[in-house]
Amino acid sequence: MSGEHAIKAHGAEHTEHHDPVANKIGMWLFLFTELILFGGLFIAFAVYLHLYRWDFRAGSGSLDKILGAVNTVILLTSSLTMALAIAALSRKKVKASLSLMAGTVLLAVMFLGVKAVEWGHKFHLDLVPGSSVMQNKPMGEQIFYALYYTMTGVHALHVIIGIGAIAVAAGFVKSGRCHAERPGLLENVGLYWHLVDVIWIFLFPLFYLIG
Amino acid sequence: MTSVAATVDGGGTATPARNYLNARAGLLSWLTTTDHKRIALLYLGGMTIFFLFGIVMAVTFRLELIAPGVQFFDADIYNRLLTLHGVAMIFLVIIPGIPAVFGNFFLPIMIGAEDVSFPRLNLLSWYCYLAGGLLALVSLGLGGVDTGWTFYVPYSVKTSSNVLVPMLAAFILGWSSILTGLNFITTVHRLRAKGMRWFKMPLFVWSLYATGWIQITATPVIGITLVMVLLERYMGIPIFDASAGGDPILYEHLFWIYSHPAVYVMILPAMGVVSEIIPVFSRKTIFGYKFIAYSSIAIASIGSLVWAHHMFTSGMADVARIVFSFLTFLVAVPSAVKVFNWLATMYKGSIQLDPPMIWGLMFIPLFAIGGLTGLINGALSTDIHIHDTAFVVAHFHYTMFGGTILIFIGAMHYWFPKMFGRMYQHFTAHLSAGIFFVGFNLTYIPLFAAGIAGMPRRYADYLPEYHAYHLCSTIGSWVMVLGLLIMMGNLLRALFKGKPAKDNPWGGTTLEWTTATPPPTLNFDEPPDGNREPYDYPTEVKE
Amino acid sequence: MSSGTEKHALVPYGLYVKVWLGLIALTVATVAVSFLDMKNTVILTAMLIASVKSTLVLLYFMHLRFERPLFTIMLVAVILTYGVFISLTFLDYSFR
Repeated sequence: MSGEHAIKAHGAEHTEHHDPVANKIGMWLFLFTELILFGGLFIAFAVYLHLYRWDFRAGSGSLDKILGAVNTVILLTSSLTMALAIAALSRKKVKASLSLMAGTVLLAVMFLGVKAVEWGHKFHLDLVPGSSVMQNKPMGEQIFYALYYTMTGVHALHVIIGIGAIAVAAGFVKSGRCHAERPGLLENVGLYWHLVDVIWIFLFPLFYLIG
Repeated sequence: MTSVAATVDGGGTATPARNYLNARAGLLSWLTTTDHKRIALLYLGGMTIFFLFGIVMAVTFRLELIAPGVQFFDADIYNRLLTLHGVAMIFLVIIPGIPAVFGNFFLPIMIGAEDVSFPRLNLLSWYCYLAGGLLALVSLGLGGVDTGWTFYVPYSVKTSSNVLVPMLAAFILGWSSILTGLNFITTVHRLRAKGMRWFKMPLFVWSLYATGWIQITATPVIGITLVMVLLERYMGIPIFDASAGGDPILYEHLFWIYSHPAVYVMILPAMGVVSEIIPVFSRKTIFGYKFIAYSSIAIASIGSLVWAHHMFTSGMADVARIVFSFLTFLVAVPSAVKVFNWLATMYKGSIQLDPPMIWGLMFIPLFAIGGLTGLINGALSTDIHIHDTAFVVAHFHYTMFGGTILIFIGAMHYWFPKMFGRMYQHFTAHLSAGIFFVGFNLTYIPLFAAGIAGMPRRYADYLPEYHAYHLCSTIGSWVMVLGLLIMMGNLLRALFKGKPAKDNPWGGTTLEWTTATPPPTLNFDEPPDGNREPYDYPTEVKE
Repeated sequence: MSSGTEKHALVPYGLYVKVWLGLIALTVATVAVSFLDMKNTVILTAMLIASVKSTLVLLYFMHLRFERPLFTIMLVAVILTYGVFISLTFLDYSFR
C-alpha cells in the first residue's frame, strides 16, 4: 500500500516504523543534557572548592561518611538489579525481570530514606539556609551547605523521577508491550537509572570524603 | 488554512492536490499534528506574533530615546520594555527561529525522509514553545521585569519586579530547543535516504546538525543556572550571594557558557540557508562544499570556547581575559571561510536577482559588519571602552537582526512557494527589502558612533551631545518597520491571493524541489534516491 | 528507515555481578583513602577512583562496550566539551 493510500485508509500522518537505534540515540542525547545540567552544578562546586578549600573540608567533615557510603552501595546495587532486570527480559524471564525492577525501586526508596535521615539531622541542628546557625558559619561553609542541599536535592529529584520511570517500564513489561524482541523502553529507562548512579558516584566523594 | 491550496485559477496544478495543508481539517488536527510541516507552521505562527511583540517593545522604547529627557515614561518602564524585548526576541524568535520553522519543514524532505525521528517529541517541543510564550505574555501582564534579558545577579535576586515568570519561560523554552536539537541529530543519523552519504547532504542540513549539538550541550547550563538563581531568590539558598561568600561572576560564567553558543544556534542555520540560496541563484555549484560543512562544525566547537568575552570588564583574571580574547578571534575564521566560499560561488555565475537572492545578498555585508565589529568587541583593549555601550547593541543587531532575521525572511521568500503553493509579488518583495535595508542601517549605524562616543546601553536618558545619533536611530526604526510591514503584508496577501506556484520556481536542485507543491503529508510519493549531488549545477557557467 | 532490534550477544548475568563487585571494592577503597591524611591529593584521588567507577558503569551497565562506536564517540565529545567549560572557567579563578 503506498504512503498516500495508507493515509487515506488510516488517517495517519506516518507509516509505521520502529527504529530502536534512533530511540537509543535519542535517549543518550537526553542523558547528555542531564550530564551537562549536573555539570553546571559541579562547575559551581569546583569553583567554590577552589576558593574555600578549608571551609569545604570543614563542611564535609560534618557529613556522615558511613551513611554516605551506605547510600552509595545502595545505589550501586540498584544499578546492578536494573542491569539484571534487562538481562532477564532479554532471556524472556519476565517474572524475574519484574522482581528485579521491584528490587531496584525498593533500593531507590531506601536511598531516599537515608537522604531524608541525613537532611533531618541537619534540620534538627537548624543548619538550614537563612537560619542564624547557618549565617554564623564561615562564608565558604555556607556555600558548601547551599551546594549540598541543591545538588543532593536535584539528584534526589532525579531518583524520584527514576522510580516513576521504572514503574512505567514495569507496566509495559507486564502488559507485554515491552519484551525480549522489543526491549528498548526498559533499556532506555535503565540508561537513565545508571546515569543517576554515575552522578552520585561523583557527588559522594566530593561532599563526604574531602574532610 | 484548508483553502490555501484547495482551489486554483489557471496555471499550476489543475486539481486540488491532496497535500499536508488539506490532509486533515480542523483546528484540533493542527493542535494534535505530528507532521513536521504542520509543526513548522505552528512555530511560524507563534514566532510571527512574538516578533511583532518584540518590535512593538523596541519601537516604543526607541520612541522614548528620540530626545534627551523624559518623553513618555521613566527609566523603570524603559527597563521593563527593553528586557521583554530581549527575552521575546532571543528566546521566542531568534533561537527557535530558522531551525523550528525551516529546519522542521525541510530537514526531513532534504534528506528524503518522511518525517523526523521523533514526531511526537516534535509536537511536544512546540507545546513547550507555546508555554514559554504564554509565560512571557503573563510576564508582561505582571508588569514585566527590569533586569535585562541577562538576569544578572545580584539584581535579579533582589529586584521587586517579577523574575520567576520570565525565568520559568526561559527554562521551558530551553526544553523546546533541546528537543528540537535532539530530534534533528537523530534524524540526520538515521533517516537519510538510501545513497545519501554525509557529504551528499545539503549544507542547510549540516548546519542544523551542528546547531543541534550546541542545543544539547549548552542549553542545560542555562537551565540549571536559572534554577540556582530561583533557589537563591525564593529559598535563600546562597550560591551567588557575595554576603555568604558567593561570586556573582560565577553566574556570568554559567550564563554565558550557554548564551554565547546560543548565538551560534542563531546564526549557523542562517548560514546554512545562505549556502542553499547562493548556488541556486548563481546557477553554479557551491564552492568548497566540504569547507563549508566543516566550518559549521568548527563554529559550533570554537564557539563553545569564547563565552567570557562578554565579561571582560567584570573582574576576571587577566589571563582569562587574554585567552578568551584570542579564542574569540579564532572563531571568526570559519565564518570568514563561509563568506569567501559564497563569494567564490557567485563569481562568474549567472546571478538571478529574485527576492530570495536579494535578501541573501543583503545578509553578506550586514553580517560582515556584525562579525567585524564583533572582533572590535572581542579585542580586549577596545572592549574596555565599548563594553556596555550602544556599540555592542549595534554589533549584535547586525548579526542577529541583519544576520539571522534577515535570512529568516530570505528563507521565507525562498521556500514560500513550496510551503504554500503560492507566489508573492516580486516587486513588492524587492521594495520591502530596499526600504528595510535603508531603515536598518539608519537605525544602527548611529549606535556604533554613539557607543564609541560613550553612550551607555540600557539607558533611558542621555546627555544632549548624543541627541543626533538617537534621533536618526529612532527615525530609522520607523523606516525599518515600514519595510518589514510591507514585506509581511506581501506574504500574507500571497497566502490567499497569490498566483499558484510551480513545483520548482527557482530551479533548485535539492530534494524539496522534486516533490509536489505543497508537499504531500509523507513528503514523497516514492522514497527518493539519495545518491545525488545537492547542488547539481555546472562548476562554471558558460556564456 | 530501518527497523528491528540489533542483536547483541546476551551479556552473562555474572559479568554484571563482577562489575558490581568491582564497584563496591572501589567504593571501599575511596572511603578508606579518605581516612588517610593526604591533604591536597585527596580530591584528585577521589576523582580518579570515581572516574574508574563511572567508566565501569558506562561500559558495562550502560552497554557502551557492546554498542556501535557512535555512542562512545558522542559521549567522549560531550565530556570533552564539558571539560572545556570547566577548565576555561578555571582560567579565571586560578589566576585571580
